[in-house]
Amino acid sequence: MHDARRRFLARVVASLSALGVAGCDRLSQTDWFPKVLGVADPLNHKLARLATRKAMAQEFTPADLSPTFRSNGTAEPDNAQYAALAANRFADYALEVDGLVAKPRRFTLAELRALPSRTQITRHDCVEGWSAIGKWQGAKLSALLDLVQPAQNARYVVFHCADPMEEGGTAPYYESIDMDDAYHVQTILAYALNDASLPIKNGAPIRLRVERQLGYKHAKYVTRLELVESFAHIAGGNGGYWEDQGYQWYAGI
Amino acid sequence: MNDHARATMTADALRTTEAARPKLYYRHALAVRVMHWINVVALTIMLMSGLQIFNAHPALYTGDSSYSGRPAWLEIGAREDAQGRAVGFTRLFGHEFTTTGVLGVSTDDGRTYAQGFPSWLTIPSHQWLAMARTWHFFFAWIFVINGVCFIVYTIASRHLARDLLPTGDDVRGIGRSIVDHVRFRHPTGEAAKRYNVLQKLAYLFVVFVLLPLIVLMGLGMSPRLDTLFGGWVDWFGGRQTVRSIHFIVAWLLVAFVLVHVFEVIVTGLWNNVRSMITGRYRIPQEKRDA
Repeated sequence: MHDARRRFLARVVASLSALGVAGCDRLSQTDWFPKVLGVADPLNHKLARLATRKAMAQEFTPADLSPTFRSNGTAEPDNAQYAALAANRFADYALEVDGLVAKPRRFTLAELRALPSRTQITRHDCVEGWSAIGKWQGAKLSALLDLVQPAQNARYVVFHCADPMEEGGTAPYYESIDMDDAYHVQTILAYALNDASLPIKNGAPIRLRVERQLGYKHAKYVTRLELVESFAHIAGGNGGYWEDQGYQWYAGI
Repeated sequence: MNDHARATMTADALRTTEAARPKLYYRHALAVRVMHWINVVALTIMLMSGLQIFNAHPALYTGDSSYSGRPAWLEIGAREDAQGRAVGFTRLFGHEFTTTGVLGVSTDDGRTYAQGFPSWLTIPSHQWLAMARTWHFFFAWIFVINGVCFIVYTIASRHLARDLLPTGDDVRGIGRSIVDHVRFRHPTGEAAKRYNVLQKLAYLFVVFVLLPLIVLMGLGMSPRLDTLFGGWVDWFGGRQTVRSIHFIVAWLLVAFVLVHVFEVIVTGLWNNVRSMITGRYRIPQEKRDA
């Protein structure tokens, strides 16, 4: 009798938990439910802005450097144009800057290297959970923006990249940040990692470092900056390749 | 049914209600009951979505970085054996255990998956980091708001001073309380209206130490919030240590819940559950023949 009751209770608990997990899975598949849960994202962003608008990401010493800086995501863009640039050691590379700016222009690698720069040893936090520490050197994005003069209504900088994320060379990687992050002291267009030219696996010739956000915001293989008022018209409309797959646009947590 | 049987039944029923009615004691205020159940839902979802997030990189380290030259202190993974079968393993401080079926490799609907924690323990059930984060961060707000309300309530209503803080007698009676717990001897009569001292200490430790700590360690994983005070995560050993502490505290909370539910069952499942739903608790009486 007692055994039968215990078995019954165990079965009830097991079915309830299976029902719970299945229910959560079903809710995750709907359009509306993740949107409801997503109300937390702008809240998190607003709170972070309130507390840490200009705060600096932690910086480290050479003793803290990771022995090798791991590559994640694309390690070698599947893109013929990029391969040609890489074959010539990026001598023909130029960064396009356009959109809502008074003076759209191109920057060669030499011109980027001539801009005011910053060197920083920072921790890279991947959305997966791991961290690695690297020494980055690059042009301050604020200095570049001062040259092209963003329009009053420019609210985001969009980073267009050379690495396609889907078969057949489609879905180029892209990312976006707001003007607070764009003008942040530690936001740089990095061309060097650990005192050497940025390796291809880490985003050569130029990758974004936006130190107060997770790794997927740090766009690699950047070929074009576009200043926009809204990113709703770009790709999936969520402001980044991973954002279009459901990841948070504000990647500060 | 004959008259005799009916008479016996009525008498029994009368005796039961007489015995039960005067001894129903209003134990839990409505606010406490509501917050308790919100907490059950929020913490369950936080645990399960948290394990799904962990599955994206099922390894834990100490220090600032995962790539420091030091190995992970805990790692869950999958590999193939000589026959090409998937083997799940768990490596803890350099000791490796085969954990196929539960950790590293598990089976769901007859299909074998390489997955840290198994699908029945995670939300969503299969590898989906973005959705797990969406669940986790929403219920984090529910959990924190509920927790802040609870702390304010316990202080303002004197629930903390009256019911949770151990008295001098409580402290002196710790030894006896431990013996009572080990022997499954539970308080009866007046004593059953109050929390016992181990219970008080457990609740206080969970509410004022473990829960704030797990929130703080969660915030410590945020690269944005780490900017406060010039890198406050280093006070706790660095971001990867903070991630480890977050994980360990989550399991300490699971351990607390297991003990809590065990005590609920052995001291009267329905009576306890009812008191947390309707507030009414039947005071257990001393058994005369005991």
